Amino acid sequence: MGQEAVNKVDTSPRTTGKHKQPKPIKHKKPKTITLNNGRTGWFFASPWIIGLFMFYILPLVASIYFSFTSYSILQPGEFIGFQNYKELIHDELFLKSIYNTVYFAVFFVPLSIISGVALAMMLNMKIKGMTIYRTIFFLPTLVPHVAIAVLWMWLLNPGFGLVNGFLDMIGIKGPAWLGSEEWAKPSLIFMSLWGIGQAVVIYLAGLGDISDEYYEAAEVDGASWFQKTFHITLPLLTPVIFFNLVMGVIGAFQQFTLPYTLTQGQGKPANSLTFYVMYLYDNGFKYFKMGYASAMAWILFVVIMILTILIFWSSKRWVHYQGK
Amino acid sequence: MNPTHVKKFKFTAAHICLIIASLFFLVPFIWMVSTSLKPIEQVFTFPPEWIPKPFEWENYSKAVEYVPFWKYLFNTSVITILSTMGVVLTCPLVAYSFAKLKWKGRNVLFAVTLAVMMIPAQVTMIPLFLLFNKLGWVGTSLPLIIPQFFGVPFYIFLLRQFFMGLPDSLREAAKMDGASELRVYWQIMLPLAKPAILAVGLFQLMASWTDFLGPLLYLTNEDSYTLSLALQQFQNKQGSEWSLMMAVSTLMTLPIIVLFFFLQKTFIKGITFSGIKG
Repeated sequence: MGQEAVNKVDTSPRTTGKHKQPKPIKHKKPKTITLNNGRTGWFFASPWIIGLFMFYILPLVASIYFSFTSYSILQPGEFIGFQNYKELIHDELFLKSIYNTVYFAVFFVPLSIISGVALAMMLNMKIKGMTIYRTIFFLPTLVPHVAIAVLWMWLLNPGFGLVNGFLDMIGIKGPAWLGSEEWAKPSLIFMSLWGIGQAVVIYLAGLGDISDEYYEAAEVDGASWFQKTFHITLPLLTPVIFFNLVMGVIGAFQQFTLPYTLTQGQGKPANSLTFYVMYLYDNGFKYFKMGYASAMAWILFVVIMILTILIFWSSKRWVHYQGK
Repeated sequence: MNPTHVKKFKFTAAHICLIIASLFFLVPFIWMVSTSLKPIEQVFTFPPEWIPKPFEWENYSKAVEYVPFWKYLFNTSVITILSTMGVVLTCPLVAYSFAKLKWKGRNVLFAVTLAVMMIPAQVTMIPLFLLFNKLGWVGTSLPLIIPQFFGVPFYIFLLRQFFMGLPDSLREAAKMDGASELRVYWQIMLPLAKPAILAVGLFQLMASWTDFLGPLLYLTNEDSYTLSLALQQFQNKQGSEWSLMMAVSTLMTLPIIVLFFFLQKTFIKGITFSGIKG
């Protein structure tokens, strides 16, 4: 009896063990993998862990500290509390640079979204030769910013530029564009719109993701083009519009290379092209007021954060995801 | 008959709209190339003329001498190639570790990586400058190259998303056969991630090639200028040499356009991927 019982106890696990042989081994294997991974994982990520601290976290912390000092590369600087921030509020050029930057963002971002979506919808039609059109719209995004600036200075040249030449042909006397206080910012918006090809590519991908079923159903119901656009296409494109809105706002506030090159870093005429980051650069690297410039950088950071949060918060109301 | 008429009308209307819109994007290009080939007298004619008479090919040889083009091309290429190498070497490795390996602190570190993407470059610009100044790197191209070897958050994020989409079974099978983690990465995962790595490499290539603020900050010596910086300085000095400036602009854009025509799909895929998943 006893032996039998032992036998039974002995054999039954064996047989089941044989049956499920891979299981205990599988149980063991992941453990060794995880253990191993712990080290290799850190090892693989180690360049970035160093980079993260060296090039991101430490500079970030240092920058907060600098913003409360009179630091410059020429002298050590002292802790001066909120002095830089107080001074900024009374700095007229600072306020002007904010005005210019906001002006640019307010006009450029909506314009780029409207024209970007419109272009993408045109490029999404099923027509022969579409790849050629798509390539044409994308080409300007390949031109380096400095070259864009030089090219458009020439195009908008008041005396010999192509744009005024064209306007002259249809009987309009063109403005001085970049030479006039009034037209300098619109000129910049105009030339920035020339490079919306990347956004268009993203919109096109978004349009491609909209299922045909929606349109087929609408067709059956006899919906017009207008209805289809405003009740299917645009609502379902909102996630992509949302992405481009966030990126557009962030990019608009960090505008630098174009206005800097166009004006040789001077923001002329009459500071109408002095943008926020340009003034920040001037303070930091022309006047070596690095504490002051750090304070500007932090204000920029906070503003961008708040705007991004606001856009995210508002997105619940207007962004629709497919299948929801 | 009627529906086909409507279709034909729609077809032509669409083409007309597209052609008009294309003009806005194409004409500046044509104008750039056309101006770059014009003799001086013809540059300043009003109303503007389209076709250079005669074609002044010498503008290009002049422009190349005017700005020491070859030297700057060399400088730009060195920075572009090395920084792209850095990105391609480090970012996939880190991304793979985030996507497929399990280690303590991984998720926290990934969250920090995402957060760091939000920091505008201007915030870290000044402390970084001071750091590189201490290291004695200001005036050299090292600040434009070395950080790339330590990873770029945006690329790490993109590649991590890509690795997440690859099945675990391949990795496990290789591990069963006793392959080391490094070999699994090098021989199995890396080849699979080629399209994503190519896209990220292209992004960095474009970024380095066209970068302006970086060279402006760090390349204080005229001998080490990049093309972007050189073109800007050139424009500063030679306010009216439009044909030469257009020639330099054309030369600077040409390599990117050639690259684009070879790698069109990668370009577009990379952008849409960053757009949709971002």
